[in-house]
Amino acid sequence: MMEKLSMGAYGGYVWSCYAIALLVVVVNEWRARRRQRVEYRDAEVLVKAIEEKR
Amino acid sequence: MWTFFHKLASPPHFYRLARALTPWFSVPGYLLIAYGTFAGLFLAPPDYQQGDAYRIIYVHVPAAYLSMMAYMVMAIAGGIGLVWRMKLAHAVAASAAPIGASFTFLALLTGSVWGRPMWGTWWEWGDPRLMSELILLFLYFGYMALRSAIDDTAKADKASAVLAVVGAVNVPVIHYSVEWWSSLHQGPTLVREGGPAMDTAMLYPLLAMILGFTLVFASLLLRRVRAEVLHRERRTRWVREMVLSPDGKL
Amino acid sequence: MSAPEYTGPGLLAGLAGMIHRDLLLVWKRPGDALNPLFFFAMVCTLFPLATGPSVEQLAFAGPGVLWVAALLATLLSLNNLFLGDFDDGSLEQLLLSPQPLAILALGKSVAHWLTSGLPLVILSPLLAMAYRMPVDTIGVLMVTLALGTISLSLLGSVGAALTVGLHRGTALLSLLALPLAMPVLIFGARTVSLAAAGDVYSMGVFALGAYAVATVSLAPFATAAALRISNE
Repeated sequence: MMEKLSMGAYGGYVWSCYAIALLVVVVNEWRARRRQRVEYRDAEVLVKAIEEKR
Repeated sequence: MWTFFHKLASPPHFYRLARALTPWFSVPGYLLIAYGTFAGLFLAPPDYQQGDAYRIIYVHVPAAYLSMMAYMVMAIAGGIGLVWRMKLAHAVAASAAPIGASFTFLALLTGSVWGRPMWGTWWEWGDPRLMSELILLFLYFGYMALRSAIDDTAKADKASAVLAVVGAVNVPVIHYSVEWWSSLHQGPTLVREGGPAMDTAMLYPLLAMILGFTLVFASLLLRRVRAEVLHRERRTRWVREMVLSPDGKL
Repeated sequence: MSAPEYTGPGLLAGLAGMIHRDLLLVWKRPGDALNPLFFFAMVCTLFPLATGPSVEQLAFAGPGVLWVAALLATLLSLNNLFLGDFDDGSLEQLLLSPQPLAILALGKSVAHWLTSGLPLVILSPLLAMAYRMPVDTIGVLMVTLALGTISLSLLGSVGAALTVGLHRGTALLSLLALPLAMPVLIFGARTVSLAAAGDVYSMGVFALGAYAVATVSLAPFATAAALRISNE
């Protein structure tokens, strides 16, 4: 098992690459969803304000 | 059939379609990535030259491939926006940029880490792929910098579209020139030019990763385009109706 | 009812007129052209100051240093390509001209090269000798610099058109133009290095020539589009 994980002395390099890749994907998802939430909230605020004026 | 494309150009239709489609891209995409990761790390046999270090290929190649594809999406969408004056196309271009830049960064990082055990250095000026990726990163930065420097959205759209098209035309030139440059230096290359001569046990995880990452990219793009469209169209009636109605939002 | 016939200057006359006007402007303000030239010379002086006057080092690094300096000097001069016209309103007049904007853009780039690229080419032998580069490479240096600066002038005009009038446009122009300029730098500098080493270098020259032809024929259209976008 350990030898599978250690990847013949290259373990550090290989696992860190996969970790960075995971990080990049996670950050992309997080930022995209955050942008969605922010824009939706802004749109809500704007629409409520317009509705109030009526 | 033509009406389908016409409707696609309308923001509210696209928004609804994108919202419906997103999980159809992201779920298969992540499943493929999960399989590819597992198979690439544990099922594929070690390389006779590079041992287990070659397994970095399973993240490096998809990242590099996507970095190029995202740029093409950006340039083509920008071109469509310029020629046919489609606001939606510009929204797609703007959304593709940060995703593409992050994958370019990933390609550079994984390429550098791969290089360390292979060549002994963290950065090898002689590798044509690394150099091309670096220049591509600069192209992305220029694009995003230009967009943020122009306040008016329509102007920013058009200006960055021109930049993206000019950059896209130059990408093959850049590749060719960097390859010529590194061939003079006889520098080592990262990916063995063997290509499809790879053992199938090594190839399938790679294909799965490439396809999986592409689907995930598409889902990320759809998400960002939705946010972008929401921002640009926030004063329109369809957005107002969508926000006020109690059904599914976002 | 047919449109009135155009009786003004033709395409070639328009091109020549644009070039003539810009050359005249530079003639009145030589500083615009001389500053980048001095910059070129000074950057070439920085390198030996920084790394010491060892002759082998200088001769070896010469092509690269001269080329990078030429690139930076061209970038500097590109900032002013449309700035003067933008500031005094003549850019808008150019946009309204019956001449095709691409022709006018080409004219401006030609005038720009004549006042920035060509002087660099003329000055380069002096600096090449200062760098103890072999005398028979000076010809290759001048040819590559000539072709390369043509490409840079044209490619850079697109960037200049996109960033004219923008806040912090200068830094932005560098960010936009430099990645596009890298192939030119690669071919230019390495070709001269190959010539210095006695290797075959013709491919680099052909590549530069092809790139120059491509930019001359295509860039003016992109520049024209960019000018319209920046000034609407």
